[in-house]
Amino acid sequence: MVTLRINGEDRSVEAPEEMPLLWVLRDLIGLTGTKFGCGIGQCGACTVHVDGKPTRSCLLPVSAVGNRPITTIEGIGATPAGAQVQKAWLDLEVIQCGYCQSGQIMSASALLTTTPKPSDADINAAMSGNICRCGTYVRIREAIKRAATGSKS
Amino acid sequence: MSSPGEILDPTRRAVLKAGAAAGGAVLLGFYLPVGQGAARETKAGGAGASAKRFEPNAFIRIDKQDVVTLIMPQVEMGQGIYTSVAMILAEELDAPFERVVLEAAPPNDKLYGNPVFGIQVTGNSNSVRAFWMPLRKAGAGARAMLVQAAAKAWNTDAAGCRTERGEVIHDASGKRLGYGALVDQASAIAPPKDPPLKAVGAFKLIGQSLKRLDTPDKVNGKVQYGIDVMPAGVKFATLAACPEFGGRVDRVDDAKAKSLAGVRQVLVFDDFVAVVGDHMWAAKQGLQALSIVWKSGPHATVDSNEVWKQLRAAGEEEGVVAKTVGDAAKELAQGDRLEIDYEMPFLAHATLEPLNCAVHVKPDGCEVWIGNQVISRVQAVAMKVTGLPAEKVLVHSLLIGGGFGRRLEVDYVEKSVLIAQKVDGPVKVVWTREEDIQHDVYRPVYLDRMAATLSGGKIAGWRHRIVGSAVIARWIPPAFQKGIDIDAVDSAVDMPYDIPNLQVQYVRNEPPGVPTGFWRGVGPNNNVFAIESFVDELAKKAGQDPVAFRRSMLDKTPRLKAALDLAASKAGWGQPLPARNGGRTGRGVGVQVAFGSHIATVTEVEVDAAGEVRVHRIVCAVDTGIAVNPDTVIAQIQGGLIFGVTAALFGEITIDKGRVRQSNFHDYRMLRINEAPAIEVHVIQSSEAPGGIGEAGCTAGPPALRNAIFAATGIPLRRLPVDRDVLAGKKDAMTGKQKTA
Repeated sequence: MVTLRINGEDRSVEAPEEMPLLWVLRDLIGLTGTKFGCGIGQCGACTVHVDGKPTRSCLLPVSAVGNRPITTIEGIGATPAGAQVQKAWLDLEVIQCGYCQSGQIMSASALLTTTPKPSDADINAAMSGNICRCGTYVRIREAIKRAATGSKS
Repeated sequence: MSSPGEILDPTRRAVLKAGAAAGGAVLLGFYLPVGQGAARETKAGGAGASAKRFEPNAFIRIDKQDVVTLIMPQVEMGQGIYTSVAMILAEELDAPFERVVLEAAPPNDKLYGNPVFGIQVTGNSNSVRAFWMPLRKAGAGARAMLVQAAAKAWNTDAAGCRTERGEVIHDASGKRLGYGALVDQASAIAPPKDPPLKAVGAFKLIGQSLKRLDTPDKVNGKVQYGIDVMPAGVKFATLAACPEFGGRVDRVDDAKAKSLAGVRQVLVFDDFVAVVGDHMWAAKQGLQALSIVWKSGPHATVDSNEVWKQLRAAGEEEGVVAKTVGDAAKELAQGDRLEIDYEMPFLAHATLEPLNCAVHVKPDGCEVWIGNQVISRVQAVAMKVTGLPAEKVLVHSLLIGGGFGRRLEVDYVEKSVLIAQKVDGPVKVVWTREEDIQHDVYRPVYLDRMAATLSGGKIAGWRHRIVGSAVIARWIPPAFQKGIDIDAVDSAVDMPYDIPNLQVQYVRNEPPGVPTGFWRGVGPNNNVFAIESFVDELAKKAGQDPVAFRRSMLDKTPRLKAALDLAASKAGWGQPLPARNGGRTGRGVGVQVAFGSHIATVTEVEVDAAGEVRVHRIVCAVDTGIAVNPDTVIAQIQGGLIFGVTAALFGEITIDKGRVRQSNFHDYRMLRINEAPAIEVHVIQSSEAPGGIGEAGCTAGPPALRNAIFAATGIPLRRLPVDRDVLAGKKDAMTGKQKTA
């Protein structure tokens, strides 16, 4: 039995130690907002925050989480940066199919938490691990800048 | 109440309340999976409500509480069609747009068939084009019936009544009635055959960049794609098909897999093996622990070289003539002829949501949860496998995490139903990314053989021979007539330039063993690329500027000419390019009439000494007729350009010993944000009928990119994807073919 702190709540689940956090979240706990895209840390669809840091949950064994808190897309709106990012995403109508956007929003929220006014280079560094097959990159960049402005004012 | 696992009555529906961030009480209604409905906020819309509803046609339902439910004939896969369809219906119905409820249509070709294809399919960028008039008439007809009902109730003339935001209003008396109050009376009125439609100038919704209805739940994890469904008691499965095309299972040693915790079943089929577990991780681990011996089939030795050898050999033959203007053969025989071949690779779709399908097979019914572009075929294949009649096969059509043509296929449905037949309770089958890439239905390889002569600085003779797979012949056989694949020649037979002598030929050649299918941009992908690449080479031969050369031949296509002028002007065509990082820089142009839209694109690139290409900027001018939702048009062009540029820069599936070499995003690359160009889209105001837009950007991306590389380096690429070695001068570009030594 492993106990995880997810979005501020303790969740206890029966899971093999090496089972990646992604599948624990999706298949055991039912938090399906975190997405499976590649399984090898190439696409970023599975990004969650572990202790505030953007992390590829498809590669993280659940036993390696320890007592560090986890935030998923279902809980990111409760953080100031997350709420700003979600708003900017809708204001600029970033989303198309939306399948990658949980991961994009998690990466962008983590970026704005550490770097409130990111440069283009900061955005590239923080977001290049997240593939968007619909090609919404132009708007993602704009929305991050919008969210950064929003959090400033 | 239905218990978990019970077949849901198709009329029993629940409505989801979207996130508060929607900026209004937007409601999205879907068929809710069993076991999920209770956990959500539900609102009576079906079996629970005894109230009669006004259902004037298959697209509109209004209840007595004023809830307007719009049924979506087309599936939402990111292209924004739910919003556009709702806008068209709500426009003519005069329904309050921000309060409409959307519901996915059930499988029914008769009610929801795409008017172009006759089956319930979302593809070919024709949702708005095909449904434009049917939806307007559906909305206008319903509105006329509501007006008549109110006039009758008020004992007045319908001509004195008008509608606004869900109410019928009689200005003379100041009376007004909500649509909900007119349900009974309106239901008694016969639908008008030809209801009056609004004048284009009177549109209140169409033409506005209204907020999408599907996106609020996509920022908070609430949205449910097929891969997210969790019917009560669901098990999880993943599978491995024979890695060789045409191979079969010989034998399987499953002892180790079955000993793993969480692994429930190992299922062996003719040409694939599946593992069922308590979660996807168990299923994946189980699959890896299997020792499978495969039996080679007839395609075990196929490789890319053989595919290309066969395609090029086929290209030596004359094709079936698909279009003739003047006498191309005579003109080409006498002029100074330029002949160039262009070659395009196999491509995978790589939708970010891996293929998946959840199925529950019971003795007396089958329930399927899926995102798919041909929902009636999903039902048909489930009926075929189970032997059940249509009324016993319930299909839940969910939002789609990327279609791009892959979900026009039902191969993954068939496999899932076969698995589900052997599982007690519901099972969700999810493909790994590796399986997704290696068992796709690939965009075919194409060879486009071009020949042309010039006269007086213009193209005088033109021959375009398209050589490739006939996807149409497999996918919709009745449409394959006289040896011509109408998709493979699309945007070639109707190419935009005014050329006095023209011939377009088609040669069908099926790659050995490799399944081929539609891929975003379909036929116009290869044709627009070949035509626009060739026109650039002809401009050079003619000693002309690429924009001026094109312009001189577009008098009969004024909408495209205007788009070209706009794109050239906005891109600063002819002006010096800004200094970048010291690489070779250039601007390229491409034009197209595809999917009913007129588009001109100018791309700026920089090529470094190693042959790496950096795309700095793309400027696109779009005349798509009436833009139902201009922001959606812009978004689709932006995304489509990236999709096309991704393929041009990186996309290639290669075959070795009957197997696909690539397996995941490390070797089937996607463009990333740090590589993405700035994109400017200029939408031209128009009152022409709407064109298609979902694929148009995809076809526009590669030719303008290729021509920009041509301008930057002088190297005329004849093959996709872009070959860095050629741009670095390590390989000869002129043949356009791979050098063996």
